[in-house]
Amino acid sequence: MSKKIVISTDLNGDITEFIADERDSLLDALRERIGLTGVKEGCNNGNCGACAVLLDGILVNSCCVMAAEVDGGSVTTVEGIALENELHPVQQAFLNEAALQCGICTPGFLVAAKALLDTNPEPTEEEIRFWLAGNLCRCTGYDKIITAVQEASKSMQKK
Amino acid sequence: MVSTQKKADKTYKVIGTRPVRPDGVDKVTGRAKYGADIQLPGMLFGRVLRSPHAHAIIKKIDTSKALALPGVKSVITHKDLPTAADAALNLGETTDNLKWISDKVLAAEDALFHGQALAAVAAVDKHIAEDALALIDVEYEILEPVLSVHTAMDKKTPSIHDNMKTVDMIARFQVGEISETQINNVASILDLELGDLDAGFKEADIIIEREFETGTYHQGYIESHNGTAQWNENDEVTVWLSTQGAFNARDQLAALLQVPMSKIKVIPMEIGGGFGGKIPMYMEPLAAIMSKQTGKPVKMHMQRDEVLLATGPTSATYIKVKVGAKNDGTIVAADAYLAYEAGAYPGSPVSGGGVSMFMPYAIPNVRALCLDVIVNKTKTAAYRAPGVPAAAFAIESIIDELAEKLEIDPIAIRMHNAAEEGTRRHDGVLAPSMAVKELLEEAQATEHWNAELSDPSIGRGIAIGAWGNGGMESSASASINSDGTINLNTGSVDIGGQRASLAMQLAETLGVEYDSIKPQVVDTDSIGYTAVSAGSRTTFATGIAVIEVGNKIKKQIINRVATFWEIDANALKYNDDGSVSSPDKIINFKEIAAMLPNTGGRIQASIDIQATTHVPTIACHIVDVKVDEETGKVDILRSTALQDVGKAIHPAYVEGQTQGGILQGIGMALYEEYYYDDKGILKNASLLDYRMPTSYDVPFTEIILVEKPNPGHPFGVKGVGEVPIVPPLAAVANAIYDAVGVRPNILPVNPRRLSVLLKEKNNK
Repeated sequence: MSKKIVISTDLNGDITEFIADERDSLLDALRERIGLTGVKEGCNNGNCGACAVLLDGILVNSCCVMAAEVDGGSVTTVEGIALENELHPVQQAFLNEAALQCGICTPGFLVAAKALLDTNPEPTEEEIRFWLAGNLCRCTGYDKIITAVQEASKSMQKK
Repeated sequence: MVSTQKKADKTYKVIGTRPVRPDGVDKVTGRAKYGADIQLPGMLFGRVLRSPHAHAIIKKIDTSKALALPGVKSVITHKDLPTAADAALNLGETTDNLKWISDKVLAAEDALFHGQALAAVAAVDKHIAEDALALIDVEYEILEPVLSVHTAMDKKTPSIHDNMKTVDMIARFQVGEISETQINNVASILDLELGDLDAGFKEADIIIEREFETGTYHQGYIESHNGTAQWNENDEVTVWLSTQGAFNARDQLAALLQVPMSKIKVIPMEIGGGFGGKIPMYMEPLAAIMSKQTGKPVKMHMQRDEVLLATGPTSATYIKVKVGAKNDGTIVAADAYLAYEAGAYPGSPVSGGGVSMFMPYAIPNVRALCLDVIVNKTKTAAYRAPGVPAAAFAIESIIDELAEKLEIDPIAIRMHNAAEEGTRRHDGVLAPSMAVKELLEEAQATEHWNAELSDPSIGRGIAIGAWGNGGMESSASASINSDGTINLNTGSVDIGGQRASLAMQLAETLGVEYDSIKPQVVDTDSIGYTAVSAGSRTTFATGIAVIEVGNKIKKQIINRVATFWEIDANALKYNDDGSVSSPDKIINFKEIAAMLPNTGGRIQASIDIQATTHVPTIACHIVDVKVDEETGKVDILRSTALQDVGKAIHPAYVEGQTQGGILQGIGMALYEEYYYDDKGILKNASLLDYRMPTSYDVPFTEIILVEKPNPGHPFGVKGVGEVPIVPPLAAVANAIYDAVGVRPNILPVNPRRLSVLLKEKNNK
């Protein structure tokens, strides 16, 4: 029987304490222990990006981070990117551009796109494609996702 | 990116607009609940032990050590499944045999592919469940695996299933219908023939015969299979899962678990992609049985390697095609031989390939001989236009070669041979209205097709393809609330925006705002039977059900207003804006809704239909590629897709379907493939090594939607989901030929394969 550990982290802006198994990945802990099931499991292997979150502001695949590693840190998931009662511009752009079909990869794309726009507010198409190459989408062919990130970039410039 | 829509004549208020989908906000905020998101009190976690061998006799399974591990609540093997009858099971789109499904769910005496389920465990924690798997002892007698259609059919190769007879495919899953031809490891055979092949080839001025192969491709949905079951003490079972068809899942579970259908409630959660692959049952019955044993809910969620190892990819194929044509380009005869890997149990989509490959063309003398071949690989499942991309690759490559040799434009030769309404097909059907010529004319006129190629290492290819689409059963119900809003319930799982497309069709029918309709996908206890969301049928067939519900509501409203106004119903008119008028009075939809409670009660209507008026759709892909002759790497530079959709209800989602299908087709052409070693062990069971296209691999695909309405749907819908995956394989191969002068005959044409072809060319 493996050990249980207590972890304290800033989760989507609030200090959160939870108990995890020492073998839990951050993905396991977010989904199974805390119930933030917006973070999706696609491959559990770091290849698809569906579980992307920000850890201390850096984009990571939460399946490849141990839960214990986030003690004392900060984690932002898809549930935490909206601005109070308003969707984040990238969320709104995904809706406007029909950039999701089944929607399972969407949380990972949104977190990754937010991370891109946070550091590079006006990315080129090439930069968007390169940045998002770690997120797999099987439904859309990516076209509308790229367009949505371009639209989000424009709408954030206006603000 | 440009997107063009060649509009049908009729104008609509809601149809053809691009509203935000009803489930959109939940999906961009992470609130939408997919199958694996379900959490229940006391829930156990299940895992599956899988065969490390591709072909072995299971001598013994000892589960005692696993059961003794603290936290483990249940360990089951095949003997814990109810004994399955050797009988056909109708699954709506396909038919399967119950015994084969049962053996696939948990192996009986033999493991027939790498990754086949042997035992399942439920424990209080997923880590403990995983630990328990390592404690199950299995003794195997390893047998030689059969890994290709050629080996399988060789008389010297033993039969994988003892004494398997080759049956006629029409009777594939019945017992006892023996074909006249008995071929080793061929489960079924379909021989379609029209005209006189010998006479046809005698007329030909040129005959081209080529062999083709395609690899094993996975559907690649990003959500792994999952299922959670609660078996109550009164033998009622509730199942939460990601499936393309809740009723299909319920009926399979009822048969496998031997529980009455009415006692199983399937709650379809949001589904993270399917493409045909989320129709069969895998570990859902195991969750139910372990819940029965423990009294607790059991959740199972596959790991990605399990998805690739043990859920349905599409068939690897071997196809030989011979085509004869006259010097003016008229195709006079075509003869195809198609051998598709079914996997370890019968049921490849070879007939789909054999029928659809010739569908765009009028050929007087045709044969397609289709073989469903058993090999020691995972059982295949439907994948977007099942069986067609490989077959279209073969015929469209040969037509490209014909065009080149006869010095005819590749669009002109296709136009010259295009099928028309009434063309007799080799499956006996008279072709209904299609849009082959219309689509080719649009292709001819594109800026892309007419643009100069900037560099000799760049080539351009074109191909077309057809898919028949599906009809089947659908139910819908709608009720009018007193504030004028409407609840719409259907049983069709929403796999790509159907809640939007169905709400739009009801809004158009009733003349109300799209936003006033709340569409929902409901469980199997709450609506009539509805077939799978597959076969490009949902917006078409469930759309017809929704329109019929709307028409019933309109009739009731007219009658109610007639009573209210004390006037003959025939004097009233239901207007396009949802109002009802007599020669001297008018009442709008909201006012009607408000008066319903006090004039006989609110109005609701429900219906179930069987749609039969589906027609084939045609797609075309034009692609430019650049080939690096040193490495064999192919880059896609430009891509244009044309598609006949009948009528695009929500054009943005139609474009998305097309773009997604094109990219999966490009994946089949260039990147994706299962790598088995000579022992039948799958070597690339991860999304790193099973290489699906990323956003960095491809440019935008320009979309041109051609709208030639389907006369069998009130708004002209044909169905859009599947056909775009069909043309890209040949389009890319033809573009490679245009660039470097070699014709890929084995896909995917990755750098390794293309380098070999380029070396052969240079050595000549």
